[in-house]
Amino acid sequence: MSSSADGAKTASQYIEHHLQNHQACLGPDGWLWSTESNPIACSGNFWAVNVDSMFWTVLLGVTFCALFFKVAKSMTLENPGKLQTFVEVVYDFVATSVRETFHGDSKLIAPLALTIVCWIFLMNLMDLIPVDLIPEIAMLLGIPYMKIVPSTDVNITFGLSLSIFALILFYSLKNKGVGGFIVGELMMNPLNPKELGMPKVFWPFVMAFNFVLELVALLAKPLSLSLRLFGNMYAGELMFILIALLFGSILVSAIGPVYGFIGVILHIAWAIFHILVVTLQAYIFMMLTIVYLSQAHESH
Amino acid sequence: MDINSTLLGQMIAFGLFVWFCKAFVWPLIMEVIEERQTIIADGLAAASKGSRALEEAEQERVVIVDAARGQAREIVDQANGRGTSIVDEARVAAESERERILASAKAEVEQEVSRAREELRGQVASIAIAGAEKIVSKEIDAASHKELLDNLAAQI
Repeated sequence: MSSSADGAKTASQYIEHHLQNHQACLGPDGWLWSTESNPIACSGNFWAVNVDSMFWTVLLGVTFCALFFKVAKSMTLENPGKLQTFVEVVYDFVATSVRETFHGDSKLIAPLALTIVCWIFLMNLMDLIPVDLIPEIAMLLGIPYMKIVPSTDVNITFGLSLSIFALILFYSLKNKGVGGFIVGELMMNPLNPKELGMPKVFWPFVMAFNFVLELVALLAKPLSLSLRLFGNMYAGELMFILIALLFGSILVSAIGPVYGFIGVILHIAWAIFHILVVTLQAYIFMMLTIVYLSQAHESH
Repeated sequence: MDINSTLLGQMIAFGLFVWFCKAFVWPLIMEVIEERQTIIADGLAAASKGSRALEEAEQERVVIVDAARGQAREIVDQANGRGTSIVDEARVAAESERERILASAKAEVEQEVSRAREELRGQVASIAIAGAEKIVSKEIDAASHKELLDNLAAQI
């Protein structure tokens, strides 16, 4: 449990505290920041910024870019070092995935996939840092809220998936044309009135039916992409918070140490399992991006 | 957990990072890795070419060694033949030399014999005369019996 001086937080307060982003927004009287007395000062304001999510997501993105740029700049043909070998393994993994899955011709897709898998992996990896460590340090620095796992913030995951959705639309329109995409792809599937030999009279109905189905399928892509990542990481984070509650009970009751011991065991088990989730979610996000963009490049 | 402008910030950051990766990371890594792939492919091709060349050289070696062996055998045969013929020739030469030496020796001996006989003949005549002189002393006129004695000596 949070070791803040009063020590009087209830379990639900502790959880709520951990799930609250540190926000800032421009109110009528200047900048408004989340405070412990009013954590949701910016609630409902679209122009509010989750400062902690933004900070960590950019920090991790810069970390990825700096690391890979440093290695890429000093790549040697012979005798690659350990770091270069690592980067090459990641490169090769992404390049192979793209080559096997993506059948179009695009110079963007491979670096896009690399950025996605590394960046999301780093974001998810923040989940393995003990839940109280950085928020407590932030508290000492006077920052009341600090969510350090950007992928537990829907804004971040939607930011990624909507960008990819924009690319899907862009490439679909570019490769299939407006008519090819809207009519050919969204209206002539899955029931193709031409192939089914229907009279022309029925075509508009069938096409309207198809359009509704395909539109849902299309919109489900960014939605599922972001919510899958968000849901997995949010649930994982919540599990860590709940397990951390067990540690908090050590000093509270006589049976506390037993809870503490159980907490340690659970934490280790969940953290090990979570390594899988962290990697898997980054991989799934990357693969689905490649698949969706590959579909956007294919013509029927 | 409401949607706010963090979304837009994330989209901008995403765009920037992808752009950076596309511009400054991916091509550099790709270049080196593809170059290395080319080098490895070339190396493997060279290796297989080398082993093929080795195979060919091996076959060539067998042919050359066979030829050399045949040639050597021929030379040895030739040398053997030559040796035999030299020995034969030498034998023939030695034989003829022997005959010649033998013949000349025989001739010399005969010559020697006839010379000795001539000498002996002369001496016999004089010995006979001397003997006869001693035996008959004054009774016999040397001059009148010379013809007789010469005939005698010639009959020896």
